[in-house]
Formats: sequence, structure tokens, C-alpha cells
Amino acid sequence: MKHTGKVWKFGNDVDTDLIIPARYLTTSDPEELAAHCMEDADPGFPQKVRPGDIIVGGKNFGCGSSREHAPIAIKAAGVACVVARSFARIFYRNAFNMGLPILECGAADTFETGQSLSVDLDTGEIVVAETGAAHETTPIPPFMQELVAAGGLMPYIRKKMDATSG
Amino acid sequence: MGMTITEKILAAHAGKDRVSPGDLIMADVDVALANDITAPIAIDRFRKSGAGKVFDKSRVLLVPDHFVPNKDIQSAMQVKLLREFAREQELTYFFDGGESGVEHALLPEKGLALPGDLIVGADSHTCTYGGLGAFATGMGSTDIAAAMVTGQVWLKVPESIRFIFRGDLNPWVEGKDLILYAIGDIGVDGALYRAMEFTGPTIDALPMSGRLTMANMAIEAGAKNGVIAPDGITETYVADRALREYRFYASDPDARYAETREYDVAKIEPQVAFPHLPENTRPISDVGSVPIDQVVIGSCTNGRIEDMRSAAAVLKGKKAAGGTRLIVIPATPSVYRSALDEGLFDIFLDAGAIISPPTCGPCLGGHMGILAKGERAVATTNRNFVGRMGHPESEVYLANPAVAAASAVLGRIAGPDAL
Ligand code: SF4
Repeated sequence: MKHTGKVWKFGNDVDTDLIIPARYLTTSDPEELAAHCMEDADPGFPQKVRPGDIIVGGKNFGCGSSREHAPIAIKAAGVACVVARSFARIFYRNAFNMGLPILECGAADTFETGQSLSVDLDTGEIVVAETGAAHETTPIPPFMQELVAAGGLMPYIRKKMDATSG
Repeated sequence: MGMTITEKILAAHAGKDRVSPGDLIMADVDVALANDITAPIAIDRFRKSGAGKVFDKSRVLLVPDHFVPNKDIQSAMQVKLLREFAREQELTYFFDGGESGVEHALLPEKGLALPGDLIVGADSHTCTYGGLGAFATGMGSTDIAAAMVTGQVWLKVPESIRFIFRGDLNPWVEGKDLILYAIGDIGVDGALYRAMEFTGPTIDALPMSGRLTMANMAIEAGAKNGVIAPDGITETYVADRALREYRFYASDPDARYAETREYDVAKIEPQVAFPHLPENTRPISDVGSVPIDQVVIGSCTNGRIEDMRSAAAVLKGKKAAGGTRLIVIPATPSVYRSALDEGLFDIFLDAGAIISPPTCGPCLGGHMGILAKGERAVATTNRNFVGRMGHPESEVYLANPAVAAASAVLGRIAGPDAL
């Protein structure tokens, strides 16, 4: 699956309090969370972001809390995928469990806000539309691909339970 | 080739003789935990899974602690959801009202987190239980929902980094300072996807409170888990509390580590982490003059009775500086009662402190002490991200309880020696 979207660039160590501040965690409603997505990093972000846009981060994206509200907020804000140099592990797990595509790319630091990235989610190749530069990403481990193919963790578990009980 | 304590616990829970870093395993969990923020999503996923019952009603633990006592209608609705689910599923342990406390302080105290356990929680500081010699790690609500249904989780066996601490602690230096120092050394992603194993003569002598504080902050270096091999100190702590069987594991002498780091603790002063990352640590002598508006003593990192005693020892007979609000939050009902019985509340009240009921409260900018724009706080908590305790333009400095108490008295960041 190929996807092209506009870049919103953030720095290193983007933490879950930046992605969705705890003051909004009295709800898990995706729309309400999306309305505050990234607002402490860029107050206008929830208004500016358009469906299909791509968030780019540096190292350790999503560090901090285990709150699944973070990938929920990003997904509900319409963001198509997150590209970063590296991801914090709980965020990485959560994103897969929720079906938010994320890609680890060593060249993430070179992408800039406003550029268009064309992302091939099957091969993991990222092409910068403006320059034509192509970049590879870390391949998604086979088990995670199985999760994605099943539609996330819960459908995967259900399938396995049906298989063992049937 | 030997195994690390982390590898041994994972192998035992996966029904294998041995595992190696990188292996993907399905492992049985001893405890699946969630709180008032993460349980509502887990319960929703649980319902959608079609499973009628949790895998074991004595091993699914729900602790409302973040926005309790409920701060508004929405948070009250969230806790109500937990309460109803606990009743419906007939959960053996559900901590509500005057029985609730900060989850990671509560579970060890209640004997529900034990050595050798595999514990998963929908809270990043679930890693705290590594202080008891458990494998414990934080996950999202969906992972916990899956564990609630199946009693299992999938895990990738992490590589381990060994931290060896040697020497005697300087005055006012405790577990908090050791872990802040290590995070300052390796950075907030220095242990990404890995296990942090704390060892050495200094750790052997460290009380359980300090061990829990150290394991608590492993996630602040990006680690999957933090762990300390259980010993006599552990045995003394768990013997009278344990509600289940437990087992001690230890790393083999020839276990393989991705990296080993050694620290001479004689060189470690009390540490302060400056905004806005726990890795921005400085020794107290390098802090300079930083005026503060608020001090918070509590949380899953430093809200135990030992922390209350440490703060009280500094505050005894002193007053918080004018313009500096001092908030003390015993992490559990039993810490609260002990502090009261030991006369610590008199010391706190005489110092002008506000004593809060057990809650996460201000630690995550929830309630009970939110910072205004431009305000600065010293907190004994574990995170100082942008906006963590309130306004995005406020600042949080992390320190141990003695430093926090001294800072309250002086109205600026300082160690007890400055008093
Ligand atoms: S005290 Fe703070 S860090 Fe600990 S569980 Fe509560 S909110 Fe999280």
C-alpha cells in the first residue's frame, strides 16, 4: 500500500505528554483526544493537520507513559503514519496493536515540515517527493506483520482462540 | 552460556528451559494490571473480544489512582466503569475509596507483586516491581485486554545492561539519586528495548524502598524492565505480605550482557533532573540558584513511608519558605496511617504543608497541585516533560524527598546541607 502525505516535523524524545497531555485523559473518545493532539508542542496542530498527513520525529518518539490515548489521538487526527529515527517501546507496541502504521527510518532527521513523503507500507521505502531521494526503513518483524494482517492484536487473539477451541 | 535473571523469569513463564535475547515468546502472566485512565480502554477491548470472563479473577488487578478522589464528572465516570467491571467479574482484589493508593506503591505493600512474577500493567511504571526481583513491564490497554482474556502476553526477550554500583552512599543520597545518575549517564533512550539490571555491593545494601524507586524509573531510560536480584532484604519485605507463592531467580555468573557499566557511588551527590527530560541531571552542588513555587513529595517513585520519614527528618522544626507551596502525598492508606502514627503529619503541618490523600494527583498534572504558567516545582516524581504537572510553560525538577524538603524550606532548589 502506497501513501503520500505532507510532513509535520517534530524533534527528539517526543513524549506522550506532548502527544496528548494528561489533563485530557478523563476521556478515551478519539475525537476529543484528536482535538488536543500535539498541542503542547504546536498549539495550532489539531487545526492545521489534514487527513493523510505524516508526523515525523527524531529519536525515541513516544517515550513516557503507556497511554494508548497517544496513538489513538494521532490516528483520530487523521495522521496516516508516523516516521521516526527510533520509537519508544510501549508506543511501538501500542501503534501496532491499534493499526497505526509506524516506520523507523535513519533519515527521518533530514525530512522537513511541508515536504511530501511517499511511503510504501509494504516495502518500507520512503521517497521525498520534492527531491526524489529514496530511503529505506527498518523492516517490520514477521510477527508484527502477522498482527497487522489480522487487523490488530485483539482480532489476532480471537483467531488463535477459535483455532484452539475449534 | 548462562542466563540473566530477566531471561530466567521469561523462560519459566514461557514453559521453556532457556530463552535468548531476540526470541519472541508467549508467556503466562501472574498479574495483569490497569488503572482509571487505562482500564476503560482495556475493558472496552475486552468486551469487543467476546470473552465473557477474565482468565483469573485473582490476577486481574484494577487500581483507580490517577484522578482519585474523582476530580470531575468525567473521571468519576471512568472509575465507575472500573467498579462495575470489578463487580461483574467478581475480581478478588479491587482497591477503591479509602483502600486505594498509587498502584505501584500499593501492590508490593499488599503482597500482590512478588519475586519471580511476570507482571504486565497498562501503566509505564509497572516496571517498579523489578525492585522485588520480578519481570514487570508496562504496555498499552489493548495488550492488557489480551492478557485479561488469555492470561498470556507476547514478548521479545530483551538484551540486558548490567549496572554495578560500588561504594558507600554519601549523606542524603538514596536510590532516587542512583537511578537519576544512571539515566543522566545513558540518556532517556539509553536502555531502549533492554533490561536494566542493577547489581553490586551498594545495591545489596539498599533498602527495598530504594530498590523500588530505582526499578520504577527504568522506563525513563526507555528500558523494557528494571530488575534487582532478590535477597535477604527482599525476603524480609515479602515474607509476611505474600498472598501467593514466589520464587527467587538470580543471574548466572556467565550470563551475557549487551553492556556493563560500573559506578563508584562515593562520587555521586544528590541529583536534580532539570526540565524537560529526566536525563538532564546535575549534582546538587551544580544547581545554582533556582527559585521555586511548589514542592511535591509523593508518587510511585517516592511516596513510601521511608520517603515520608526522609522528608520529615529535614523539615522537623522548620517552615516552608513564604511563597513556596509544600504538598505531601503519602502513596497508600498504610503509608498515610504510619506517617500519622509516627507523628510525621505534625512535622509536615508545622512546616506549612498541605497533606493530600493518596493519589497520583499532580504527578501527571491531574489535580491537587497543578502548576500555573511560568511556575517551577521540585517533585519527587519521575517525569519532568513539558506540561507534565500543569501549564506547558511550567517547569518540573526531579529530586529525592530530602532535597525536595530542603528546597521547600529555602524556596529554591537546595540540598539539606544548605539548611
Ligand atoms: S504516581 Fe505518577 S508516575 Fe506513578 S503511576 Fe501515578 S501518575 Fe504514574
